Amino acid sequence: MTTIALLLITGLGLGALYFLIAAGLSLIWGLMRVLNFAHGAFFTVAAYAGWSAGRLAGGASPDLQWLIAVVVAVVVGGVFATLTEVVLIRPLYARHVGQVLVTVGLALATISLVQGGFGSDPQRLALPAWMTNTTTVLGANIPNTRMLVIVVALIVFALLLFFLQRTRFGLIVRAGVENRAMVQALGIDVQRAFTLVFAIGGMAAGLAGMLAGTYYGSIDPGRGSAMLIFAFIVVIIGGLGSVTGSAVAAVVVGELQQFLNFYGAAGVGDFSVVLLLAIVLLIRPGGFSGAST
Amino acid sequence: MSAAVQPAAAADTLLAVRDLDVYIGESHILQGVSFGVRRGGITGLLGRNGVGKTTTLRGVLGLIARTGSVLLAGEETTRLATHEIVRRGVAYVPEDRDVFAGLTVEENLRLAERAGAPLRYDLVYELFPELKQRAAQKAGTLSGGQQQMVALARALLNGDNTILLVDEPTKGLAPLVVRHVVDALRRAAEIATILLVEQNLSVAHSLVKDVVVLDQGRVSFTGDVEQLMGDPALARRHLGLAAVGGH
Repeated sequence: MTTIALLLITGLGLGALYFLIAAGLSLIWGLMRVLNFAHGAFFTVAAYAGWSAGRLAGGASPDLQWLIAVVVAVVVGGVFATLTEVVLIRPLYARHVGQVLVTVGLALATISLVQGGFGSDPQRLALPAWMTNTTTVLGANIPNTRMLVIVVALIVFALLLFFLQRTRFGLIVRAGVENRAMVQALGIDVQRAFTLVFAIGGMAAGLAGMLAGTYYGSIDPGRGSAMLIFAFIVVIIGGLGSVTGSAVAAVVVGELQQFLNFYGAAGVGDFSVVLLLAIVLLIRPGGFSGAST
Repeated sequence: MSAAVQPAAAADTLLAVRDLDVYIGESHILQGVSFGVRRGGITGLLGRNGVGKTTTLRGVLGLIARTGSVLLAGEETTRLATHEIVRRGVAYVPEDRDVFAGLTVEENLRLAERAGAPLRYDLVYELFPELKQRAAQKAGTLSGGQQQMVALARALLNGDNTILLVDEPTKGLAPLVVRHVVDALRRAAEIATILLVEQNLSVAHSLVKDVVVLDQGRVSFTGDVEQLMGDPALARRHLGLAAVGGH
């Protein structure tokens, strides 16, 4: 029971990280039909920016340092994503192959630049003492970082739902996911919604970058790309364009990975996620939400 | 071909389309289409299936790449983005209604609201009281007729819309609903100009005064509807045998 509780909560934590990356990816694809392979670069750059800011604020308390790091990561993720949309993606909206090439190129170049600047080795993150402690749940000692990641992801999920359901921009995004041309034909400048969605996706990816550092205790240049693969799987399983679908799929993928990696042979968890993707595509091509095929 | 093929140059021309060309892939869909739409009333854009009627509306709106000239109240609009053209008072009711299925009726209408424009909710709910009752219902769960009401309501909502581009509003609807839609279009024509694409020729005849007929991507006739429909040979030549039979 103790092991199961531990695996359940750490799986939820992993799912929370996937969700933070996948939510932005899903909205970007749903609204703009852009496969953004640079999303992992937002994650990585934001994580290193946050880590650097935390180090610069070395005189502050550990809690404040961590908070500064998170805020900087969110801001840098949002700014980087906005610039990417405006400078690189906007001229290529009708050219899907061009989008793929430019986002893949940006991702590769960014990782190389980060490696050049900070090295390939993981950089340890200075965490507040309470984050390094554990909380006992059903007899299992759960690292507080897992709890933190889960709570933050839940807050982001609630904020995204509020944005989508209760604001005019959210209404435009939901309508745009269904039929972008008709939104334009109602006199709405979809371009602004594109930029906003990219910015939100970048902010969420930046937050994920810093929280992944908190979850694993360190940051490294390759983690963004590694997590992006699973985030793409989450987006497809959840249903392209559906934030709620991504949330559900992220939990399923996180739990599956945790349990099978623990009880099975090494790598079985990761393989099973790919298998799950194939099964979902065969049975329900539109994913859990069926929002889009 | 009628002598009136060239766009009307008169001051009462609200929409003037000149030499509109559209290519889709290798196909030359519109080949120098030119016509004018007079301010007020309903102008019919007629023709057989696949002659380019819907493409013309989409070209006017800038929803597809096109060359040529589209003057709206004298202003060239081909360099504008679709949303900028729409904000100059153009509303679009697409052939397949294109309501947002995942949004409620109320959200579909709210999305059509334009900042600064007087909103005509009173008119919309007077014409389509059902929409008020179904405000919280997802548009995707409505019948075809109800979805058409939503599409028309979106076009009528903004008080500063001066021209409505309406594409086959009666397609696939039950006769009772067709009558409802026709009544709504008549009422709409009192407050805005309408360019109507309609395959149901009895509906078109009952509504329109001026007609523009397309044939294989070109304008083959412009003139008065009575001139076209009153001459079986002319109607047969421009609209096909079914036109005469169906009228």
